Amino acid sequence: MKRHIPVWVFVVLGSILAGALAPTGDWILQKVDENIGSDNKISRSLMIIHGRRGSRSIESRSWIQGDEKSFTEYLAPPREAGTKMLKLGDQLWTYSPSTDRTIKISGHMLRQSVMGSDLSYEDLMEDRRLSELYAAKVAGEEESAGRSCWVLELTSKADETAYFSRKIWVDKERFVVLREDRFAKGGKLLKRTEVKDVQRIEGRWIPKKIVFKDMLKTGEGTEFVLEDVRFNAAIPDSVFSKASLRR
Amino acid sequence: MIAFLFKGLMRDRSRSLFPILTVLIGVTLTVFLYNWMNGAEFNFIDSSARFSTGHVKVMSRAYSREADQVPNDLALAGVGTLLDRLRKDYPDLIWTPRVRFGGLLDIPDANGETRAQGPVMGLAVDLLSAGSVEPGIFKLGEVLVRGRPPQGPGEILISDDFARRLNVQPGDTATLISVTMAGSLAVANFIVAGTIRFGVEAMDRGAMIADLAGIQSALDMEDAAGEILGFFRDFVYRDRRAADIAARFNTAYQGDSDEFAPVMDTLANQAGMGDLLAMMRMFSGLALVIFIGVMSIVLWNAGLMGSLRRYGEIGVRLAMGETRTHIYRSLILESLMIGALGSVIGTAIGLAASYYLQAHGLNIGFMMKNASLFVSNVMRAKVSPASYGVGFVPGLLATFLGASISGLGIYRRRTSELMKELEA
Repeated sequence: MKRHIPVWVFVVLGSILAGALAPTGDWILQKVDENIGSDNKISRSLMIIHGRRGSRSIESRSWIQGDEKSFTEYLAPPREAGTKMLKLGDQLWTYSPSTDRTIKISGHMLRQSVMGSDLSYEDLMEDRRLSELYAAKVAGEEESAGRSCWVLELTSKADETAYFSRKIWVDKERFVVLREDRFAKGGKLLKRTEVKDVQRIEGRWIPKKIVFKDMLKTGEGTEFVLEDVRFNAAIPDSVFSKASLRR
Repeated sequence: MIAFLFKGLMRDRSRSLFPILTVLIGVTLTVFLYNWMNGAEFNFIDSSARFSTGHVKVMSRAYSREADQVPNDLALAGVGTLLDRLRKDYPDLIWTPRVRFGGLLDIPDANGETRAQGPVMGLAVDLLSAGSVEPGIFKLGEVLVRGRPPQGPGEILISDDFARRLNVQPGDTATLISVTMAGSLAVANFIVAGTIRFGVEAMDRGAMIADLAGIQSALDMEDAAGEILGFFRDFVYRDRRAADIAARFNTAYQGDSDEFAPVMDTLANQAGMGDLLAMMRMFSGLALVIFIGVMSIVLWNAGLMGSLRRYGEIGVRLAMGETRTHIYRSLILESLMIGALGSVIGTAIGLAASYYLQAHGLNIGFMMKNASLFVSNVMRAKVSPASYGVGFVPGLLATFLGASISGLGIYRRRTSELMKELEA
């Protein structure tokens, strides 16, 4: 006499197995960091700011070392050309060539817009890995920009984060954040980003075009276009010094 | 008859001294209070107009909606053309463009590093053009504490208290960190030409006065300004006239749907000023009504006491055949004389006190520490032609009312019982 295993046993075992194999939020976040993170990075980018009075473009070149050091030089338009920014850990300086002054950006100034864009200095400061700053929880699965995504809810686990919580849509296959909502502690939506173009560069999936929208500002948002990027390039240490701001 | 009654009043102090003193005190307080409120209102309007609102102000519609946030990204563009049009169409007013801005004033040390830094409330005005009214509006000659007025677009004035806090001397370099019209970080160096003290807490906390051209260049606002202020040529605000001008101007742009089209606001329409002024006027009127009311009651009471004391006299006069109406009239005439005398002396004392406070003022700076209103720390009374009459009418009215009401008792006396009353 043959004994049959009831179907429900398979269903239960299958569910348990699927649950055990389903990725956790923290694991997904680590994969996101692994995809985008690198020791060194040199990039050239364009910010197109769509304000109430029209649009304008700002071009810059950045040198980034790990998640602690970065140096940015603005190249165009002429009024902004020569302006430089240096970030060392949690400190930020800006150099204005017209005044030959190096000013430390601190306090409430960090919340101000960078060059009139929808990005704040705080946004620029946040180079640390998401998995170090936030605890993640998988909230579901959705489609975003035609790609199947995990929806993660992130809650800050560090005091220095600019946003208390975030909701991100991560491409299941490429581990790229395709959409993001950033919230204040009270739950107010402060910023939204949407990735419009993703390309494979040096074996990584890199967002080439992101639209940032400061939800507290009127305007059509700021397009951030990554024109060129080189990972793990050699960058002399002297670049990340206050002296290099005046060079 | 008037001379006869006056002689009677002077000889009988009990009929004159107390009522005259009552009227005198009431009228003195009325005149003084009126002038004080007048001065407070003038101070409020004058300071607000000079520093913030003008008598009328032209802004872009978008800027006007968020004016308290000083949104220079929404400022008026093409200001030169607009100014020409305003000067041509509304020649009764003086038109002057301004830029208000916020930011940080950073003081460098010898190596260019930050030595001191503080938040600044900036005002860019036309200080250097020939014939500009702004140095006069800001009374730069009077408010200068140290240094000299700016002589170029790269020079600024900062409030003296702020300068002392940052340890800045005239001649030092200060870097303004602000935001351009496009929203970028603006960093510009200026020379501190001098320090100022306006005596207006909201300005003296941390103000920076700069020439318009210098700030337009620093904030990337060529041919742009946040506001164009209009002042009546005699610097006296007339609400109805201002409202007419604003209505005429706004009608001309009614069909323009552009959010950056200009819009004109009167002083009373800006930042709740109208409500505040209405409230001040209401309190002023209420105080006068209360004084008249209280004085009337006191004088009525005095009249009643006088009638009681003069009970016999009035009885004799009635017995001698004097009519009730004649006696009543003579009482009212007496009261009017008392009222006139008390009012004249009260007005004189009230005016003397007002003139003193108009000249010397009263420093209320200790009450203005966190004030954001543009009100001078030294409150002054203001004597106007109306001040000479404002106490006189209530003084006469109160004595008249008091005597009229208390005198009605005469009509209740019965002639048939007069002899019995007199015998008693």
